[in-house]
Amino acid sequence: MEIEYLIIFLPLLGAFISGFFGNLIGSRNSEIITSLFVSISAIFSFLIFYKVLNENYINNLNIFTWISSGSLNASWSIKIDALSSVMLVVVTLVSSLVHVYSIGYMSHDPHKQRFMSYLSLFTFSMLILVTSDNFLQLFFGWEGVGLCSYFLIGFWFKKETANAAAIKAFVVNRVGDFGFALGIFLIFYLFGTVNYNEVFKLIPYTLDKDLSFLGLNINAINLICVLLFIGAMGKSAQIFLHTWLPDAMEGPTPVSALIHAATMVTAGVFLVVRCSPIYEYSEFALNLITIVGMSTAFFAATIAVVQDDIKKIIAYSTCSQLGYMFFAAGVGAYNVAMFHLFTHAFFKALLFLGSGSVIHSFKDEQNINNMGGVWRKLPYTWLLMIIGTLALTGFPFLSGFYSKDAIIEFAYLRGNSFGYFAAGIGIFTALLTSIYSWRLMLKTFHGSYNNQKLNIKDIHESPMIMIIPLAFLAVGAIFSGFLFKDLFIGTETSVNFWNNSIFFLQPLSQDHPPLWFIFLTPLLVVLSIPIAYYFFIKNKKITSEIVNGNLPLYNFLKNKWYFDELYNYLFVKPSKNIGLYFWKKVDLRFIDRFGPDGISNLIKNISLIAVKFQNGFIYHYAFIMLLGFSALLTFLILK
Amino acid sequence: MDFPIISSLILLPTLGAIFLFFSKSKNNTNVTSKYLALFVSSANFVLSLYLWYLFDSSTSEFQFLEDRSWIKGFINYKVGVDGISILFIILTTFIAPLCVVSVNNTIKTRLKDFLIAILIMESLMIGVFCSLDLVVFYLFFEAGLIPMFLIIGIWGGVKRVYSAFKFFLYTLLGSVLMLIAIISIYWITGTTDVVYLYNIGIDAKYQNLLWLAFFSSFAVKTPMWPVHTWLPDAHVEAPTAGSVLLAAILLKMAGYGFIRFSVGLFPIASEYFIPLIYILSLVAIIYTSLVALMQEDMKKLIAYSSVAHMGFVTLGIFTFTQQGLEGSIYQMISHGLISAALFFSVGVIYERMHTRLINNYSGLVSVMPKYAIFLMIFTLGAIGLPGTTGFVGEFLILIGAFKKNFLVATIASLGVILCAAYMLWLYKRIIFGELLNNELKKILDLNKSEILILCCLGIPIIFFGFYPEPLINTIEVSIENLIEMYKYNLNLVKK
Repeated sequence: MEIEYLIIFLPLLGAFISGFFGNLIGSRNSEIITSLFVSISAIFSFLIFYKVLNENYINNLNIFTWISSGSLNASWSIKIDALSSVMLVVVTLVSSLVHVYSIGYMSHDPHKQRFMSYLSLFTFSMLILVTSDNFLQLFFGWEGVGLCSYFLIGFWFKKETANAAAIKAFVVNRVGDFGFALGIFLIFYLFGTVNYNEVFKLIPYTLDKDLSFLGLNINAINLICVLLFIGAMGKSAQIFLHTWLPDAMEGPTPVSALIHAATMVTAGVFLVVRCSPIYEYSEFALNLITIVGMSTAFFAATIAVVQDDIKKIIAYSTCSQLGYMFFAAGVGAYNVAMFHLFTHAFFKALLFLGSGSVIHSFKDEQNINNMGGVWRKLPYTWLLMIIGTLALTGFPFLSGFYSKDAIIEFAYLRGNSFGYFAAGIGIFTALLTSIYSWRLMLKTFHGSYNNQKLNIKDIHESPMIMIIPLAFLAVGAIFSGFLFKDLFIGTETSVNFWNNSIFFLQPLSQDHPPLWFIFLTPLLVVLSIPIAYYFFIKNKKITSEIVNGNLPLYNFLKNKWYFDELYNYLFVKPSKNIGLYFWKKVDLRFIDRFGPDGISNLIKNISLIAVKFQNGFIYHYAFIMLLGFSALLTFLILK
Repeated sequence: MDFPIISSLILLPTLGAIFLFFSKSKNNTNVTSKYLALFVSSANFVLSLYLWYLFDSSTSEFQFLEDRSWIKGFINYKVGVDGISILFIILTTFIAPLCVVSVNNTIKTRLKDFLIAILIMESLMIGVFCSLDLVVFYLFFEAGLIPMFLIIGIWGGVKRVYSAFKFFLYTLLGSVLMLIAIISIYWITGTTDVVYLYNIGIDAKYQNLLWLAFFSSFAVKTPMWPVHTWLPDAHVEAPTAGSVLLAAILLKMAGYGFIRFSVGLFPIASEYFIPLIYILSLVAIIYTSLVALMQEDMKKLIAYSSVAHMGFVTLGIFTFTQQGLEGSIYQMISHGLISAALFFSVGVIYERMHTRLINNYSGLVSVMPKYAIFLMIFTLGAIGLPGTTGFVGEFLILIGAFKKNFLVATIASLGVILCAAYMLWLYKRIIFGELLNNELKKILDLNKSEILILCCLGIPIIFFGFYPEPLINTIEVSIENLIEMYKYNLNLVKK
């Protein structure tokens, strides 16, 4: 038996055991079994990754047919290549660490078995997603992770806000999936298959095909790319479809780390990279991706600067970093996008789990204004989060430095004004990233202690079972950039490694930007640390003066650019009102009144009239008969 | 002639009903009558599985044909199955025993009569799906109304008489036109034998009118917008088993009728009326989804969602593509299972609390965890999550529709978003949140017979979601043949 099966199905088995027999075997056993199974899966994933690295191993297992109707044929499959092996490592590694962390984090929760079961089920869905060899199974995984995300966001089912957030996540993702599904329909319509390899082979022969849609003539490849990208936007929380991600922070923090930072939200990026053989032929779609990625990176960063909820800041930061990944893919540097996805998984999971540790210590406090001055009390958490923050901001020689700067450089190297603009936004966003990250760190750990409810003496460091997974992630956050730089984005080694799992129409530019440009971002990032210290610790007055001086702007950012209000006004309320109108006015007032009720009334009235006629007068009957007879006669004559 | 397996399938439940009728058992509390009904309907299910086992899915010919002269030269009792009908028969025989099991929780008065009604209903519905003579079909089709009418009218809720009459009035109006059309077909061709009619075809000039007459009957039963308003009322008043039969099987008779008769007999008219069907289907999908969003009564919500789901079915049939038609049949089977499961689930809490208003519930997961799991599975099925049968059906339909018309498929796909919204919202309001209502605290979780029923429905919903091949293979060849015949007819006209 191939170990691929174990990688995929061990988490499912764990979910099954913990979900159905959790009460039987007890919560501790459930925790051990699920964590163990996912860890084994992670070890095997590393094995596969190693094989890919050394032997260019590829494999495509066919488990059994799923849907076959006419020419449509989709199987349950496991496809292993460089791209999926990277995703396997990211998913199983972060997942196993989060499993272990959860044992500590959820120790007071009465529903541990259920929680562990969901986590494992999520891992399984995500693995199904990344190892698919066709669009249909991809869609299965896509919806599967969405479902688990729904379960986990709403895990604390008594919280009204958590339930609302869960539904919002599912429905907003459905909007994205709507585009994704249409994309799959279109692919099937054009190529008669949904299998990656077959579709990708046919793409170069379909470049000039136009479709008419809503009276417009649209290039088919462009349309496919845009539709698939809408799906990616939903899952990866890009601007316009991002509103669910900050709300998703209602879920337990390990969930945020696993699903809403390291794995599920990167599925959109994975989709675009996986479909690079299509995207490479669509200049239009690539530009669109760049613009959307760039806008998201910028817009989410601006919001993160003014938020007060520790998890929401990190959530917007995730949104922003995903924007970076898209914008890398948009400039054709898919491998750089994957690189940032890879490094981001480490430092963002680290930051989330670290914030979880802080929240745990503060007894479920999430507002950073109610924290501060505890860095000595939480030394490990503080240190580990410092590492995460440095990596995120792109501090020299940590992982984020290699991946993020590469993105900005490739944008610059594109050589047109569009690329320069993107690079400029990228640099500015990097500065914002640094500011909001340090604001979070300083307000959480430094300055004065601001919590009214808890005495500072009651603040304790989290247990080791939570700290150790963080340490693993910290190692990744420090070294993953440096170690894997050549493999992912080196000029020759990377071509060898990716081995056709990513398609480049033209090889990526191998030039280097001017020296001043390379130094610009790290310089800003380093400089921003003392600046942030000055603004948020030393001289808070200036900060509040700036806020008061620009109150409209502050409110605009604080209220997240008013997206939620806008959508509520545009979609949610009208849907409800229209639904009510259709029901009360059209169904009941119109259809029923003139339909069945009308007819039964009519019959009643006619019979009343008929009763009147039955008054014995013979001429009435004669009259009716005559009338009927003449009607019949007229009909026959006319015919 | 071999063993008349189809006639046995039709007659067995009726025999059971007759036996029950003459048995001396007391009406209310007798257990034996229930076991008898359960035995008969289960035996029928086994028999139908045997039929499926014998069934040869590599041919589109009608199999297990029985042809007996009834009124000489006019009506033949002709029955048989092909890939299109066999799954509906199995669905019927599968749902009926579950309805029988459910009665001890739901029916308090005149139990024996209720069981008789269910068994007769089963006979008639199997008859609908395998009759190959228009008159025989008509008789079964219309006779099916009567037990349903009684089930709603006798065992229904407060407004049962209004609902029963509304149901009757709507469906009868359509039927009358269909009867006229059947008589006209006899005048035109001299036969009502479906197989024979398939071969000789019906003159194109008559097809449009005849199609409309059949349509008026099927549209009401489907139900399509705007003749759908009887369904929510009927469901609300019907007892649980009645709702289940109505949603799972009665609605499917119309979908089946569209495929077998509208498309099969009047291909040219079917092509002509495609725009009408598409528009009504899209309105059904979007309109009723929006209406479902605002419902306060659980049964009404599910009833409206049924209308939306059947909108997908009619859309899929009239795509005349392999995927669309297979998807439609699949969607009907899937909806048969899922809607049955949802109505059973509503029945479970209705029997405990005697209210169907969503606002009276909240936080049930704390007291009914098993129930919460089952209801989640069915909710996801209704949403069409991949891995449930609901996905396979909708996906195939949409992919078929997309081949035919981008815009139609796009609008229909919007319904999928709305469906997620109203179903998850419903689930949230009932299951999640704090347990506020004090009466709810005493509510009991599922009992054994309820678990049995919900398991029987939940397992196939998931199993055939992951592995739909057995079902799709059964229908594949018959659908291919239907499409070929359809294209052949269209070409004839063009020449």
